[in-house]
Amino acid sequence: MSVPKFWREIPHKYRLVGSRCRSCGAIYHPRRPICPRCGSRDMEDVKLSHRGRLLAFTVIRRAPSDMADLRPYVVGLIELEDGVKVLSQVVDCDPAELKPGLELEATLRRIRVHGPAGVIEYGYKFRPVIKWEAEAGEGQ
Amino acid sequence: MKPIAAILGVGCTKVGEHWERSLLDLAIEACEKALEDAGNPPVRALYVGNAASELMNEQGNISALLADALALDGVKAVEVRAGDASGSLAIHQACLDASFSRGQEGAILVCGVEKMTDVMAPEVARIQMLFEDSRSTFHSGVTIYGLCALLTSLYMSTYGVSYEDIVLLAVNDHKNAANNPYAQYPFPITVETVLSSPLVADPIRLFDTAGIGDGAAAIVLKGPEGARSSSDTPVAVLASEVATDKVNICEREDLLALRSLRLAAGKALGRAGVGLDRLSFIELHNTTSVIGILSLEALGLAEPGKGVDLLKEGAVAIGGRWPVNTMGGLKGRGHPWGATGVYQVVEAVWQLRGEAGKNQVDGAEIGLTSNMCGLGSISCVHVLARWEVMA
Ligand SMILES: [Zn+2]
Repeated sequence: MSVPKFWREIPHKYRLVGSRCRSCGAIYHPRRPICPRCGSRDMEDVKLSHRGRLLAFTVIRRAPSDMADLRPYVVGLIELEDGVKVLSQVVDCDPAELKPGLELEATLRRIRVHGPAGVIEYGYKFRPVIKWEAEAGEGQ
Repeated sequence: MKPIAAILGVGCTKVGEHWERSLLDLAIEACEKALEDAGNPPVRALYVGNAASELMNEQGNISALLADALALDGVKAVEVRAGDASGSLAIHQACLDASFSRGQEGAILVCGVEKMTDVMAPEVARIQMLFEDSRSTFHSGVTIYGLCALLTSLYMSTYGVSYEDIVLLAVNDHKNAANNPYAQYPFPITVETVLSSPLVADPIRLFDTAGIGDGAAAIVLKGPEGARSSSDTPVAVLASEVATDKVNICEREDLLALRSLRLAAGKALGRAGVGLDRLSFIELHNTTSVIGILSLEALGLAEPGKGVDLLKEGAVAIGGRWPVNTMGGLKGRGHPWGATGVYQVVEAVWQLRGEAGKNQVDGAEIGLTSNMCGLGSISCVHVLARWEVMA
């Protein structure tokens, strides 16, 4: 991937930046210049919630050529607290423990390595929310 | 019922791993067969549907290349690209050409072709992800089968349906493919075959997915005027319609509604002046079974969540109410992306001319084909009929 493409995609990949329609309030990710709901061009950048819940997930066992070293990996359909849905890898978990409704939070991880120069692409992935208090309670 | 075009001839290669043959070899075979079938009329235009020749075969600009190879000197040539909907969209463009240039001499040749085995399977998976919004697919690493898996899970949990019932469509496809000499997988399977095959993207298993194959299919068409004098057995194109949906499934209001197909089918049936009750058979796009089932629902043949009932009741079998994928569909015949939409129309023509052999649907009069890119970012529907039906 080229360096300009890398830079261009940083807001949506690193910081979960989407677009909010100033006219009707709808939020989109990745960003959009035109609101499909009301047709407005008056869009502003908005940082999306870093927490959400799992709606559905799959384990990718046959991966694309540039992600073969990651496999098997989990991809979830996640609904963020602000109502936006995203697709993301779900990490730091055993797929057997995943179920719809599980609370997840965003974390910055390596996505893939590009070309012979080894340029590394980073971005968000999600992981189960750690509930320290619940675990401490179980230990008593 | 007024036709927009007449199909005069069809032809195709067997779908398979044609290691010894190039993209061009396959396209030439299909085109020559279709032209011969049509009685070798002069050709004035060539439309080619292909998804990824640059990425898989190191070859671009293939409409001019194919026109040159077929010695169609000086002919108009157009290439159409829309992932695995490329073939049907090439036919759509040819139909527009036919109706726009009414009265012009010469026929229009349409070829859908894909040569997939020039690259390894993981590279095929990567290229297929380019047909979705790549900002989303490459960031998450979700493959097309991964997206199908998410929809399968949602379908199962929303409607309380089992995976065993969903894959009945794959079983149906293989049963029909067994009698199709051009099919990539001409053998029957059972639900158990699917369930014991390797997982691709949970819960989807290998025998629930369309394979990787090479193939080309072609048709010859012209405007409807004088079709009867050009051919003994012309097939009428009653409608050719296209519609789109949100490319990113996350943004769809209802993830289990294939809106582009619903819109395209509604327009096509309206244009054809045909109700669902008049359809003799349906060729569906089933990258995996769930997409085929959602297609049955988008077409209006079943309520949401009830598509599997049509499978369980045998309604989609040959001899049933709405035979589906009569020559094997994407699962059994094979799914060479840019060729698939043309294969569907070739097979529909066989049915309507009474040439479908053991898989002939008795009294087939009107058929519908539905081809889409990926998970329905774009859908193209054709309604075809025996010429006599309009009399
Ligand atoms: Zn708006």
